[in-house]
Amino acid sequence: MSLMNNLSTSMISSSSSGFLAPISFNSSRTQSVTVPPKIINIVKCVSTPQEQQTTYKTKVSRNANISKLQAGYLFPEVARRRAAHLLKYPNAQVISLGIGDTTEPIPDVITSAMAKRSHGLSTLDGYSGYGAEQGEKALRAALASTFYGNLGIEEDDIFVSDGAKCDISRLQVVFGSNVTMAVQDPSYPAYVDSSVIMGQTGQFQKDVEKYANIEYMRCTPENGFFPDLSTVARTDIIFFCSPNNPTGAAATRDQLTRLVKFAKDNGSIIVYDSAYALYISDDKPRSIFEIPGAKEVAIETASFSKYAGFTGVRLGWTVVPKQLLFSDGFPVAKDFNRIVCTCFNGASNISQAGGLACLSPEGLEAMQEVIGFYKENTKIIVETFNSLGFKVYGGQNAPYVWVHFPGRNSWDVFSEILEKTHIVTTPGSGFGPGGEGFVRVSAFGHRENVLEACRRFKQLYN
Amino acid sequence: MSYSQFLSHVCMPHAVFLQLKTSSKSNAGSSLGHCSKVPRNVNLEKLRSGYLFPEISRHEFEHLQKNPNASLIRLGIGDTTHPIPDTITQAMAEHVRGLSTIQGYRGYGAEQGNMALRKAIAGKFYQDMGIKADEIFVSDGAQCDISRLQLLLGPNVTVAVQDPSFPAYIDSSVVVGQAGELEEETGKYRNITYMNCGPENNFFPDLSTIPRTDVIFFCSPNNPTGHAASRQQLKQLVEFAKANGSIIVYDSAYAAYIRDGSHRSIFEIPGAKEVAIEISSFSKFAGFTGVRLGWTVVPEELKYSNGFPVIKDFNRIVCTCFNGASNIAQAGGLACLSTHGYQALHNVIDYYMENAKILVDGFESLDLNVYGGKNAPYIWVHFPGSNSWNVFSEILEKTNILTVPGRGFGPAGEEYIRISAFGQREQILEASRRLKVYL
Repeated sequence: MSLMNNLSTSMISSSSSGFLAPISFNSSRTQSVTVPPKIINIVKCVSTPQEQQTTYKTKVSRNANISKLQAGYLFPEVARRRAAHLLKYPNAQVISLGIGDTTEPIPDVITSAMAKRSHGLSTLDGYSGYGAEQGEKALRAALASTFYGNLGIEEDDIFVSDGAKCDISRLQVVFGSNVTMAVQDPSYPAYVDSSVIMGQTGQFQKDVEKYANIEYMRCTPENGFFPDLSTVARTDIIFFCSPNNPTGAAATRDQLTRLVKFAKDNGSIIVYDSAYALYISDDKPRSIFEIPGAKEVAIETASFSKYAGFTGVRLGWTVVPKQLLFSDGFPVAKDFNRIVCTCFNGASNISQAGGLACLSPEGLEAMQEVIGFYKENTKIIVETFNSLGFKVYGGQNAPYVWVHFPGRNSWDVFSEILEKTHIVTTPGSGFGPGGEGFVRVSAFGHRENVLEACRRFKQLYN
Repeated sequence: MSYSQFLSHVCMPHAVFLQLKTSSKSNAGSSLGHCSKVPRNVNLEKLRSGYLFPEISRHEFEHLQKNPNASLIRLGIGDTTHPIPDTITQAMAEHVRGLSTIQGYRGYGAEQGNMALRKAIAGKFYQDMGIKADEIFVSDGAQCDISRLQLLLGPNVTVAVQDPSFPAYIDSSVVVGQAGELEEETGKYRNITYMNCGPENNFFPDLSTIPRTDVIFFCSPNNPTGHAASRQQLKQLVEFAKANGSIIVYDSAYAAYIRDGSHRSIFEIPGAKEVAIEISSFSKFAGFTGVRLGWTVVPEELKYSNGFPVIKDFNRIVCTCFNGASNIAQAGGLACLSTHGYQALHNVIDYYMENAKILVDGFESLDLNVYGGKNAPYIWVHFPGSNSWNVFSEILEKTNILTVPGRGFGPAGEEYIRISAFGQREQILEASRRLKVYL
């Protein structure tokens, strides 16, 4: 299969997307792509020298913040490797346990609501134009009662969005360039990358693989994947994800209580990413607002992506409590609302209709079934790696398995697994220097693929 | 009814609801509870009022509170009203049903958009202009793209906007930190260049009086004036940008409304690919204001001063700060660009433009100077010597018609009112009747 055929098909997953844009820059649309024998860690985007002399350039300076970014965003990079691998082995049965992309069909009860809304848009009664930028009232109310029922979070504290990744950037726009931030290390790359883009950071320091001016809170097996807060410097904003992507660790009530106290003592704001909350299997808190006092120090972001398979449908939400105030007493929610009204125009009304159906009793039950399916996948993967003698983390409360490869470079392990088993994973260092020596295996996938992948892992590592 | 009930009824933002409820807190935060030590973003402090359109909603709400039985006609916010043609919603419904099947299920899409849609957009709108599918980035709408472009460009660029103009260019510029303080006397933000556009200069700035800026926002057909720039004007603009090494951000959201053969795309002008980005939207073209779909074109030829292609950085922003437009909306978009869909949508546009004609004729019969309404669904009416918010209020009070005061689009909008032509025919006719009586 030619490269362009393979990659240009309409509904291909994002795995090839990042690859498609760069390939045309080298101007030749040839079929051959050189795959370097050594996989390099850092991929730089440089324009080809010969073009600089002959082509017109504007006098607009490139945004220095973006030039600080070291490589493409992590997941398009993984996708690029996958695509290059497919070029090399066109008949390989590649199994993707890399990008955490949902694979199972969306339950009927949810899609039928969206189909109904779609048809309705063709009728006078059912047509709706601009919706409230903060989201449809019924959906906000349902989110409040479903997830925050007895936590004192109200409908108007909730802002519906097109997903957590977009909300993270909107929050960064609210905060601006003059705030400091802390992230877990390792962590979901969007927190760090959006911080760099916003101008909150200094340059990337290659020796430590960290951006200056970001406080990295190391999370390791040794500290139970919860930072030792006594060693963490004060920052304005603290990004915290639980259950964690990529480690799968879910913070305990005690840990979150300490985090809230830390934020309160320091006058910091926690941005709590709860995108995987429904994957929790034990009694760990699902929302930061279960912790007393959290409403004065925390924002919570969440998503339908991993609950309802809405990764392509696009729907999420962010909670900004009224009690959350800037240092001058100005409510953070007011500024977030202004950003939402100015930089956004609401989530798609059809997606919102789907979201409402997700929160019906039937919808909730259907989502739990799908989540249960992925959890079973996770269990299979955990058992496989355990049986092979690996130290394995996560997998209990999240659809991610965090496998330790002591002393090894994670991109090397990624490449080896890809080369030898045709399985795509995600190298831990892509999530920060604290991820070095680990590989993230995601548990989304059709059951047969997960089982087959585990067979191949056993072959490789036995 | 309470304000929040009202808002749910008309689906408008809660901006001022929040303001009303929490204003007491902002003055006495520390006595009411914990204040973080996080400083408020000074850029947001520069914004003086809410975004324009939620402010219009607030006026609507207050009016309805005082006049609960008023039969209000909404010619304010440019919200589409006509149902979406069946062929398009059927495509979306079919796609949705497919999501419940193994073969039809789709997870994450390419952040840049579904390739079939990108190709369809290239083929439909940029045929013969040398714009490739790879240069097209599908989004959830122009308003969002404007902000993503601002994130791309960063705080250290200077911008020029038309005056009057769609408020998102200025507001996003302030938010990102490109602008200085608001000057009360002029109503302009420091460090933004305002390019006056009025009848006296045929709604095209006298570029010889405009200082160089890095970025020039230009909307044609224009919101709010309705003016579609001529080829001559666009050539001048492209030459100006080239001479100054500037980047034009060309907003073509209303291109589908052009009736007089004016250019739909900046890329119809030779040399534009080296100086321009074009944003566009399915909102007004397809009634997708709630469905959310748009696109931005960033030509590969567009380079920063150091030779780095702008498209690479935009791609990075799109991959990092966004996760693609809804695949359902994209399925709808593809149907919009089919022969059948496209024809059906043009019938809807014809309907709106017939509305516009009725309104234009109505105002003209009153000897008012009326602009626009020929290539855009907006009519720009001049009330010489007036304060536009006062005219807005009077029209609302006396005729129960919502409009938008020109001042909301910039200082040069003073004395003007924008009337939008979306709405049911009977309402447009009724509005025209009422205005004739009152005015």
